[in-house]
Amino acid sequence: MKKMKIAKTTKNNLITYSMVLIAYILVQILLITGHISSLMSGLLVPLCIYVMLAVSLNLTVGILGELSLGHAGFMCVGAFSGAFFSKCMDGLMPDGIRFFIALLIGAAAAGIFGILIGIPVLRLKGDYLAIVTLAFGEIIKNLVNVLYIGKDKNGFHFSMKDSISLHLDGEGQVIINGAQGITGTPHDASFTVGILLIFISLIIILNLINSRDGRAIMSIRDNRIAAESTGINITKYKLMAFSISASIAGVAGVLYAHNLSTLTALPKNFGYNMSIMILVFVVLGGIGNIRGSIISAVILTLLPELLRGLSDYRMLIYAIVLIVMMLLNWSPKAVEWKEGLKEKYFSRLHFRKEKEGR
Amino acid sequence: MSFISYLINGISLGSVYAIIALGYTMVYGIAKMLNFAHGDVIMVGGFAVFTIVSTLGLPPILGILVAVVICTVLGMVIERVAYKPLRNAASPLAVLITAIGISYLLQNVALLIFGANTKSFTSVVTISPIKLADGQLIISGETIVTIIAGIVIMICLTLFVNKSKAGQAMLAVSEDKGAAQLMGINVNGTIALTFAIGSALAAVAGVLLCSAYPSLTPYTGAMPGIKAFVAAVFGGIGSIPGAMIGGILLGIIEILGKAYISSQMADAIVFAVLIIVLLVKPTGILGKNIQEKV
Amino acid sequence: MSLLEVKNLTISFGGLRAVDDFNIEIKKGQLYGLIGPNGAGKTTVFNLLTGVYKPDEGIISLDGHNITGLKTIEINKAGIARTFQNIRLFKELSVLDNVKVGLHNHYHYSTIEGILRLPKYYKVEKEMDKRAMELLKVFELDGEADYLASNLPYGKQRKLEIARALATEPKLLLLDEPAAGMNPNETGELMDTIRFVRDNFDMTILLIEHDMKLVSGICEELTVLNFGRILTQGETGSVLNNPQVITAYLGE
Repeated sequence: MKKMKIAKTTKNNLITYSMVLIAYILVQILLITGHISSLMSGLLVPLCIYVMLAVSLNLTVGILGELSLGHAGFMCVGAFSGAFFSKCMDGLMPDGIRFFIALLIGAAAAGIFGILIGIPVLRLKGDYLAIVTLAFGEIIKNLVNVLYIGKDKNGFHFSMKDSISLHLDGEGQVIINGAQGITGTPHDASFTVGILLIFISLIIILNLINSRDGRAIMSIRDNRIAAESTGINITKYKLMAFSISASIAGVAGVLYAHNLSTLTALPKNFGYNMSIMILVFVVLGGIGNIRGSIISAVILTLLPELLRGLSDYRMLIYAIVLIVMMLLNWSPKAVEWKEGLKEKYFSRLHFRKEKEGR
Repeated sequence: MSFISYLINGISLGSVYAIIALGYTMVYGIAKMLNFAHGDVIMVGGFAVFTIVSTLGLPPILGILVAVVICTVLGMVIERVAYKPLRNAASPLAVLITAIGISYLLQNVALLIFGANTKSFTSVVTISPIKLADGQLIISGETIVTIIAGIVIMICLTLFVNKSKAGQAMLAVSEDKGAAQLMGINVNGTIALTFAIGSALAAVAGVLLCSAYPSLTPYTGAMPGIKAFVAAVFGGIGSIPGAMIGGILLGIIEILGKAYISSQMADAIVFAVLIIVLLVKPTGILGKNIQEKV
Repeated sequence: MSLLEVKNLTISFGGLRAVDDFNIEIKKGQLYGLIGPNGAGKTTVFNLLTGVYKPDEGIISLDGHNITGLKTIEINKAGIARTFQNIRLFKELSVLDNVKVGLHNHYHYSTIEGILRLPKYYKVEKEMDKRAMELLKVFELDGEADYLASNLPYGKQRKLEIARALATEPKLLLLDEPAAGMNPNETGELMDTIRFVRDNFDMTILLIEHDMKLVSGICEELTVLNFGRILTQGETGSVLNNPQVITAYLGE
């Protein structure tokens, strides 16, 4: 019987936090000494966004154990609600406070969507849940593309047809212009803000996991029927995990919106392809492994950029790397082979360690 | 009159979805995996025909045959190399992500060979359109061929699964792999055959789709692939008649939605209908209800 | 006064009466056995009692309250906890956390207090740890508290399931084949543990078991099910000597 002790979670979490902190300090040093190309420095905020998306999706996929393919939809909700607020309030209050409130609004809007979608959808299981979340993500993206909201002195005007139907008066301003989205969102995002938000996301997720609620969520993942007969409120905790996950994706969306001058809902940024890409981060980093999600999100975002020299071949190489990694990490044969190698070469080391441990 | 015309177009598009969804559903039934690369096999089929007919100037029928052969072999190779090693993996997500990897791979190989420019696909259908009701109702040759092809494929597939030995083996494997193995069924062979058939169907769907909507890019297969996946779930994933019904209904809803509600919202309408169906019947129209045993 | 009173409990699956006119009365503190050949409907009775299935007919009352038709979670809160025939632990959680999930409804702090790690979090978590360790000690699992539940040997997994069920502070404990897969030594130990639980936790226990040594050793009363119907019920000794019961087990 193989006996495995669980590593102390607190220590584990500290490693995760310090990893992010060290990465931040390193990047800052490189930035100051001018060792980061403008291309790379342009990637820093997107990196933070992807990390937040990956860790938050891991809460749904790894901790709650439900497959969601609509994560980009929540990001979309956050991005548009946050940008909408900033656009309306720009100049009316201090930038810092405005951006902070925009982040909160993005989190709340995405969280509410998470609950609204979660209530009917979380009854479904496995692949059915996957396709329905994908469907919701696409619907959100589609709706945003036909959404027109304008503002004049009579207040807000709303249409699903075109900007003319808003019937704005002369000084009125179109804020959300259908497929053209929102233009001129203030550029508030920065790497430091991104890292701060990553920290907050990590604190929320890691502390949630190691709490009474987190245990309830994981008990549903491990055995729904046993959890129910142990008195765990399945619906409540599924919704809790799902909506917190959505909220953090919403915050990532607000950050995204405030990093671009023009915000549009395209298949590329808010479509199912994006949701799938985030899922790839999560699975490759280890299902349920939060630190793994961070690492894989960073590596997989940088990989295509590092391969830029190979121009046309870079996405091809990315695809091959992905397939090979999956086969090596998950195929039972490869796993067995790796275990065998470990035993062969590390058995002596292992033995010594065990002795010292006693 | 326009309603009937929309309806016929819907059935035609739906037939394409149904053919793709059949591949999806068969593969799901037997391998219990969402084959995200299935849509890209459609694109490969499209490019095979494009190369042979438009670039090499050879007859369309040869193009279709070659496309079917290429896709069949491709499907089997993908299964053998990428999916089979993960069949008993600890998490079902592993094979899903690998399928996504294959999807990226196919798209990018096509991108390298054919470039990102949209190719205009020459229709392989040479039948002239039929005019009905004094020319008020025009049905294109592509529509007719697509609907006929759809019907023929559905009949053949149903006969194959229900009457042939190999088809029965498929049903057995999809029911219970272990038991099928004990009964002397070649499980690996049966799964390979399923991928082969599914991919051959994808090739046919690719040709039909590109003939009806004559633009071809490396990403052509992605959205129809997702829609067909929706159709398969809609009808009850794993069920062959379910995939047919789901596909055709989806095509009709999409075309009517485009025509009468909003062309921008057509996809959203399709997805909304899927959600409503699943909320009313969580396993799709013809899906089996499976209750977990306590 | 009886703790559990079941009258005329009936459920059919596709025309088959899986449980037909089931009646039982269990007194507080009793150790009660439910036996019968495979497929007799014993686990179905458990599933009916815990709300996994809704009965077609009949009334279940616990401690004077009608709990018929309640949801599984409500029934657990009303005071019935169970174990499963095919062990259902939270495999990826530690042994300690499995029990702490059981304590969930008896120790409270809010989500915010948990996320912000306010003093109450530490206080309540400490209390939970203490209580969970006490329970684990009863089952001699305290040494393995940090292990993943799935890494426990089979016999200990069964014990952990009982510990988790007890953590929910039930009035009635349902054990579904607790001795399945155990060797005679382990079964002997388990009998002691069950008695210990009954005496020290003031527990009423209803158990399904095939191991006749265990049944005759600890159960005070028995109900025998056959083809979904009650064959006989009463004191253990007399039931086990009933020729009908012997026929049902050994066949015609």
